[in-house]
Amino acid sequence: MSSIKIRTKRLNGNTQIRTLITHPMENGRNRDEQNNFIPAHHILELWVEHNHVKIISCNMAGSISKNPYFDFLLKGGEIGDTVTISWIDNLGQSDSKNQLIK
Amino acid sequence: MIKSRRQFITKTLALGTYGITITTGILHSPIVAAKWLKQRFILSDYDETIAHLFNGETLIDNHNKIKISRLPRIAENGAVVPIKISSHFEKITKIYILVKNNPHPLSAEFEISPAIEAEVSARLKMAKTSEVVVIVEADGKYYRRLKKVKVSIGGCGG
Repeated sequence: MSSIKIRTKRLNGNTQIRTLITHPMENGRNRDEQNNFIPAHHILELWVEHNHVKIISCNMAGSISKNPYFDFLLKGGEIGDTVTISWIDNLGQSDSKNQLIK
Repeated sequence: MIKSRRQFITKTLALGTYGITITTGILHSPIVAAKWLKQRFILSDYDETIAHLFNGETLIDNHNKIKISRLPRIAENGAVVPIKISSHFEKITKIYILVKNNPHPLSAEFEISPAIEAEVSARLKMAKTSEVVVIVEADGKYYRRLKKVKVSIGGCGG
């Protein structure tokens, strides 16, 4: 299963892109039951492409909530365009997902 | 086996290009880029972060073209604090979100292309009661807006 959920919605000629990513977003400061630090594991960069052109990218730290949610408003956007959202985290894991605007 | 001088030259050239491809491949891999980016996110002092990011540029305070919504005045849970930023500036290139009293103040940095209507939202973690600072870079100028959020339960460990 992909870690990315994308919802698109047409709003007055613009397109709202909402995304929810499943990710622990550990900042390295929390402790587990044995009182050891949980190693940092968070997304470093997330970027959105519209028809394979990068439109927005976000660099972030561990101070974004667990399972991060973002929404963006794209100017224009037609039905059938592709939206791609990708992320990469500090452990080198990454994921990417395509979605058609409905 | 290498028989002639010509063959030797072509083979060395081929190997050379291969080597270059490998090295540039490593240099351009997203991991290296990401590690380099991380630098400003690990600064632990608000003023230091501001100095590092803006290099002494003047920040224009409390501009009413920046709108912060969804941000609660009192957040019951610091682990999930929603924020929505919209702005009517022309030529917005970047939006920064900082939380003053967090161990690492810089939370997120959005790089925006003209294809985006300047409206983003996200969810933050807040360690304790603090001011949330939004800085918008538009046309080479920086605009700042602050909003205070009271946090009842901490979100960043503890």
